[in-house]
Amino acid sequence: MTDTLKRSPASRKRPEGFWPTLIARFLKHKLAVLGLVVLIILGLLAIFAPFLAPYTFDGQDASIIGQPQPPSAKHWMGTDQLGRDAFTRVLYGARISLMVGLFSALLATFLGTLVGALSGYYRGWTDAVLMRVTDVVLCIPLLPLIILLSGILRPSVTLLIAIVGSLSWMGTARLVRSQFLSLREREFVEASRALGGGDNRVMFRHILPNALGPIIVSTTLSVGGTIMLESALSFLGLGVQPPTPTWGNLLNYASQWLTGAPWLAIFPGLMILITVLAVNFLGDGLRDAFDPRN
Amino acid sequence: MSLSYIFKRLLGMVPLLLGVSLILFGVLHLAPGGPLDVYADNPSVTQEALDQMKRAFGLDQPLPVQYFRWVTAFFQGEWGYSIRTSQPVMEEVLARIPATLMLSGSAFFLALLVALPLGILSATRRYTGVDYFITLMSFLGISMPVFWLALMLQLLFAVQWRVLPSAGMQTIGDGSLPDLLRHLVLPVFILAFASVAGWSRYMRSSMVEILSQDYIRTARAKGVSARRVTYSHAFRNALIPVVTVVALDSAAILSGAVITETIFAWPGLGRLFIDSMNGRDYPVLMALLMVGSFALVLSNLIADLAYSLIDPRIRYD
Repeated sequence: MTDTLKRSPASRKRPEGFWPTLIARFLKHKLAVLGLVVLIILGLLAIFAPFLAPYTFDGQDASIIGQPQPPSAKHWMGTDQLGRDAFTRVLYGARISLMVGLFSALLATFLGTLVGALSGYYRGWTDAVLMRVTDVVLCIPLLPLIILLSGILRPSVTLLIAIVGSLSWMGTARLVRSQFLSLREREFVEASRALGGGDNRVMFRHILPNALGPIIVSTTLSVGGTIMLESALSFLGLGVQPPTPTWGNLLNYASQWLTGAPWLAIFPGLMILITVLAVNFLGDGLRDAFDPRN
Repeated sequence: MSLSYIFKRLLGMVPLLLGVSLILFGVLHLAPGGPLDVYADNPSVTQEALDQMKRAFGLDQPLPVQYFRWVTAFFQGEWGYSIRTSQPVMEEVLARIPATLMLSGSAFFLALLVALPLGILSATRRYTGVDYFITLMSFLGISMPVFWLALMLQLLFAVQWRVLPSAGMQTIGDGSLPDLLRHLVLPVFILAFASVAGWSRYMRSSMVEILSQDYIRTARAKGVSARRVTYSHAFRNALIPVVTVVALDSAAILSGAVITETIFAWPGLGRLFIDSMNGRDYPVLMALLMVGSFALVLSNLIADLAYSLIDPRIRYD
């Protein structure tokens, strides 16, 4: 018995089952694995920032107030005009930037999945109404509208997440709708209904898990977009307000010191670039893992 | 494609724009603060004066009445007066259009000129070093925070090397063309940058798919040269899905101009938008958002029409 197994390397090498196959396909995508590792490190740095940071985020060094200092052994990324350590502020900035990016993408996914599921499952006038609303929202120039809402409301972190999330669900809604439209015709759905499964059960216990792959991919990729959006808003001075540091508002501050202290502008932007790049690699790898035809 | 089809599609834009206007009006009026907030902190403006202004602007009417009056006037071309400058809103908006068109138009063509060849090169040299390099670059491009790239370029070209102006449209007292072009370089590059990465990816995947078709193999088997296969057999067919994306994105370039114009102090619609936002100038803001969504709806229509122009197999009736 063991002999026959040993003699057929194909059956030994190929993992069985949905998740092992998926993970094996994902691990083959080197850049995606790298992206995941980078994101995990960034996440840990953000979570443990209070323990890792050499200074407090609004702590000032009284001896160097007045003039930003270039990077040194004591201050790896230099200091700003108020004598605050730039490395500490970049580290703390990761907390808000990652949180806003992640939670607004999750909110958008939740809303989009809800709209798409109702639309694709019930069809008829529910579908007609929801999709017309989606069409109309897609015809609004969203970047200006989000800029405007942030400008008028001067949002807290929570409100900012709500604004960004509630205006970026349309793509997910269309995606989930098309998944539901095709999945609802399959036999297992009919079986579930024949066994007396109610609408909610069929929708969220039977159909939704089968649509999870594309949803996970689109959520991942949209985290990149929302991190970028938060940074852009804070860069314009409209997002999260100082003294709470985010990568965007650190850049806003740095842009006033571009001539005298260029190092203040380099690092926060580099962090945004690295984070979004890691997210995009991860999303690309997940897409290949979930849909090997591509 | 018939004239009656275009006419039908143009008519279909009306309910969309009405829906957009309803949402925008609702969102802006439910948000706290109103157009008269700028006067609220001014001690020399009395409560009576505020009430009088409210009546004069019709702000004491119920919201549905305000919406109805605004929307009927707006669609008749009565866009009202700017609260900030007291100029007619339409004049304010029209005055800024040339600057924005110059900026985003140049960015649009520059992006096309770079993205399409890159995509073709990547597809025809698939799985070679060139392809991997271009793919890696486009990932970098998609992930780049363009406002940061703008800062870095300002730092290099305007601060360190002093070869290009850091902001503005013209040097004061110098209205010459070379001066204008020098001011255009950085903002156009930044605005185009955001699109190049995405478009070249689309061009590549579309081209890859076409190049694996049977008729391409047939053409090669007949002895058609590689260049001719790429450019006259594959290119036109690969362009079809790309045209849709490009047309849809052309309105996004307009949106992106808000950030680019702010960074480079470019006197276009984006700057007007930010200035109006800081001044709570609601009539101008509504007009700008409506112009923006009109551009979006129009770009959708153009995408569909261009689709059928390039591909005669697609017919709309």
